[in-house]
Formats: sequence, C-alpha cells, structure tokens
Amino acid sequence: MAQVNRAPTGSGPLDVERIKKDFPVLAQSAHGHRLVYLDSASSSQHPQAVLDAMDDYYATSHANVHRGVYALAEEADRRYESARITVGRFIGAPQPEVEVVFVKNATEAINMVAATWGRANLQPGDAVLLTEMEHHSNLVPWLMLADERGLELRWIGLDDGYRLESSDLDRLLDGVKLVACSSMSNVLGTIPPFARLAEAAHAVGALVVADGAQSVPHLATDVHAMGCDFLAFSAHKMLGPTGIGVLWARAELLESMPPYLGGGGMIRDVRRDGFSPNVLPWKFEAGTPPIAEAVGLAAAVRYLEALGMGQVRAHEVSLTAYAQRTLTDRFGDDLQIFGPEGTEDRGGVLSVAYRDVHPHDLSQVLDQQGVCVRAGHHCAKPLMRRLGVTATARASFYVYNDFSDVDALADGLEMAGTLFS
Amino acid sequence: MPGLEDLYREIILDHYRSPRNRGELPEPPAHRVEGFNPLCGDEVVLYLLVEDDKVVDIRIAGQGCSISQSSASLMSAAVKDKAVEEVRGLIRTFKSMMSIHEARLGDGDEPDSGEATAEDEPVDLAALGELAALQGVVKFPVRIKCATLSWNTLAQGLDEVEKLAS
Ligand SMILES: Cc1ncc(COP(=O)(O)O)c(C=O)c1O
Repeated sequence: MAQVNRAPTGSGPLDVERIKKDFPVLAQSAHGHRLVYLDSASSSQHPQAVLDAMDDYYATSHANVHRGVYALAEEADRRYESARITVGRFIGAPQPEVEVVFVKNATEAINMVAATWGRANLQPGDAVLLTEMEHHSNLVPWLMLADERGLELRWIGLDDGYRLESSDLDRLLDGVKLVACSSMSNVLGTIPPFARLAEAAHAVGALVVADGAQSVPHLATDVHAMGCDFLAFSAHKMLGPTGIGVLWARAELLESMPPYLGGGGMIRDVRRDGFSPNVLPWKFEAGTPPIAEAVGLAAAVRYLEALGMGQVRAHEVSLTAYAQRTLTDRFGDDLQIFGPEGTEDRGGVLSVAYRDVHPHDLSQVLDQQGVCVRAGHHCAKPLMRRLGVTATARASFYVYNDFSDVDALADGLEMAGTLFS
Repeated sequence: MPGLEDLYREIILDHYRSPRNRGELPEPPAHRVEGFNPLCGDEVVLYLLVEDDKVVDIRIAGQGCSISQSSASLMSAAVKDKAVEEVRGLIRTFKSMMSIHEARLGDGDEPDSGEATAEDEPVDLAALGELAALQGVVKFPVRIKCATLSWNTLAQGLDEVEKLAS
C-alpha cells in the first residue's frame, strides 16, 4: 500500500457539483452519511427535469394515444411521438418515426427479436453466436429459442485481459445466422470492437443484435457506425424512468418481421377470420404504451444531450482512471479488478474482489458508509463461472459521480478489510 | 437504525475466520446434502453422520458470505452429539428467531422457504446459546436467507437420512 491519494480538485469535463444538485435523491443521507450512489449500471437516478416532464405530462396532457380526436388526446399523442423522434435522433436512427419501437425494457426488446425475427428466420441446426460476457437478458431468449428450434449456440470467449477473443472469430462465424453481443459489459466494462464484429458478421450474411443496455447511456451512439441490425436498451439506466425501453431496427427489417404481442393499437383491421397488422412502429406496440415514461425518457435524452455525450464519456474515463489508480495504490494485490486495464475500451464499471471478503459483506459494510454498490452475479452467471467466482462487488459511475465518491468507496473497502481481517 | 455491530458480532466474525467442523466425511456411512442460495450463489454442503438417532458427526464444505459461513459453523458446533429430535427442535427455534423479528418489522415476505414456523411462539434465546448472536441478522432482511441456508439444508439432510433408514 502506497501513500493515500486524495481527490484532486478543479474542473473536469463535467461540472459535477452542479449536476449533483439536479438529482433530488442525492440530497439524502444514508446511515448518517452523504449518499454515494455507485450502482448506475443497475439503474440510474433521475434529474429534476425528468421528474418535471413526467409530472407535467400527467398534470396537463394525459389521455390515451392513437385514438382520441380531442385536443387533450392530440397533445398526448404529440408528446409520445415527439419522444420517439428525440430518442431516435439520439442513436442516429435514419428514420426515427418508424424505426424506434417503445417496449418495456432492453430485456423485452431482445425477447421480441428472438420471438419474431428469430422464429421467422432460424431453422433447426442454424447457428447463433453469443459471447461469454452477456447479461442473462441476451442469453436466455436465445437459449429458449435454441431449445424450441434446435439451434446451435456458439460462444466468443474472453482473453486474459477481459476482452473478446478475436483470433478464432472466422471459424466461429462460419455459417452463423445471427450474432448477439453486448456493446458494453455490465460486469467487466469491456467495450468490444462492435463495428468490426458487425462487419465480419455481415460478411457471412449474419444479422447483428446489439445489447446496448450499458453502452447507450454512456457512449455517443450511432446505429449506422455500430453496424448493428437491432439495438436494445432501457430508459432506466440513462436517467429515465423504469417501464420503458427501446428496440431499434432498420425499417425494412421491422417490416419483414411478424408482430410480437397482439391487441389494440397494433392492428390495421380485425375480422372474424384474421387481422392485418398496423404500420410501423405501432405494429409492435400492442396495448396502451408507457406514455409518461416515453416523455420522461425524452427528457433524460435532452438532459444527456445538453451535457454532451462526448463530455459524459470523457468524465467517466477520468473517473475510471482515478478509481483504477486509487484502488491499486491503496490496496495493491489485495484487490482484483475484473475488467480491462486502461480506459480506452472499457466503461465506468468496476467489478472487484477484495481479499477473500465476500461481496455481500463488502456491500453491507459500504452501505453503512452510505455507499451503494451491487454485490452478486449481475445476471451474468456464465461469465461468473468463466471468472471463477460466484459473485463480485461492482461499483459503476455516471454523470453525478466524482472523485470524492471514489474515495468514499476506497474508504469503505478499507473498513471492510479491517472488520474481516 | 441497525448498525454493523448488530450484524457482525464478535462470535460471528470468530466463526467466519476460524470455521468449526470444516471438511468432509466419507459417504457412506455419512450422508451428503447440498443447499444453494440461487440469489447470491452461496452454497453449503453438509456431511451428516447419524447413528442411533443421534448426530454423531457433521462436516461442512461450500462457500459463502460471513453470515452463511458463520451460521453453518455455529450450527455444526450446536448439533454435534445431539439426538436427532433435539436437533430438530433447535432448527425450529433458530428459524423462529429468524422469522418473528421479521414479522415484527412488518415485512410481508416469507423470510425463508423452509417449513412454517410458529410465529407467535416466544423464542427461547437461552436455549440457542451462542446461536443467539445471529439474531441481529433479522434487522437486515436480505441477509436472513444467508443465515438460514445451512439450517434448511440440515433439515433436508435429516429428512433424507430418515427416509433412507425406513
Ligand atoms: C448488458 C445488459 N443487458 C441487459 C440488461 C437488462 O436490462 P433491463 O433489466 O432493463 O431489461 C442489463 C441490465 O441489467 C444489462 O446490463
């Protein structure tokens, strides 16, 4: 253990002191300490602007969408559809008005791809390529479909630096119909070379699903540059509300897919002997959608755009570098970080093992210091097995975190070390 | 507001740092039973040697947090050389300690998936001896499953032994 580094002061890419004031929840204390929220990879907090947008919608403009011909319903419709455009532009969607499908969350988006495109296009013996670092949300839908259809599942492994193993890619891709890969790992922080992977997949005629649950909140996103055919993400990890997520796909792809849920809103006509589906994107939005949540998501997107996604990324890079340095200086070999060294191809997610203190005990001690981290398998059990652990303690950063939050984490780890030594 | 000292009592830390009865027993004659907490991946493996309706020996393997490990260790010390009937009584007492407080906290969730506990029966903390050190766990509801894992596994193991014998 070397000398204790303390947070440098001065201005970084973001004015975090001001940003913290935008988030009412952070004004709380926990167990007599300032609340230090380091669990944004699981779910992020909300700026007042998001809460206000949803409040205002409910207070002034709520009615059901798509059906009313009175002013209130038209206003609800306008806000809902304008949220779609805002969100679509944020990810570089060429045709946001038809390509952005509002769903419940990233999980539902991926299930929708498996249940519609997958069922329509994958035959027994077809191969789907996954990676060892996927979240259960991007594994179980494919395991279910593999069971149902007799698919072959293949796996891109991890190298010793916690990056996707690329040497074997050509062999793995041979004959593959679909590649489903996270664009940022929720455990390791690893950001894979997505565009390269997508290019290689397209070269063999495979389509590519990007699980963007972690990348969209933290990295500037352009679906064209990524090269994905489908992109799934959740609002609640990007300062927005729970209950809404997005499936983006190219219009002609969505056009070719059968509908997912059946019900109101998704039909053009229903007869006693059948139905014809609605046009995009409503074909995939059966039932009353999460309208206030869409409004809240759009407000979250505007908040992030005002900060600038480039600045958000620069801020998280500097926090991650500071955390790597601080934890290594203070704990040396007692602490292991499961994730790439450096900051270039990793996000602000630090999964750690500290001596042999169990992650539950670590997070319990940290909680007493007001520090919220997540302990567990992070819905990535195949990855846990690969790492040879049952659980990790994970700290993750966002726009409202600063160097002093990292110091609070380190101080809490030190307390846990003393208690369990 | 409960503090860390409610959870991590000295006895608990002691059993965590130097767990009693760690290891395995040859089976047969011992009976092996596994318990698993799917939420956190904690795992306990018990080796029970039951002779003449008595727990003659017990060993514990597996891995987990300080609460699950110390609870298993304390349990092993408490049940060794006891009659099976007495051990079953202890399991009931321990589990009601882990649930009445929870009921008092007003948390509607069942604290564990084991058999029903006598919610209103007063818990005889004296009968629990050192095990009473674990009563602070009920103030941390998410950790109750950690504490009861080895006990549910023991109950299952005793049932299996009984079935095999009959
Ligand atoms: C990489 C990744 N994929 C998918 C998900 C699922 O997100 P949700 O639970 O919002 O559907 C998560 C969230 O934990 C995630 O981190």
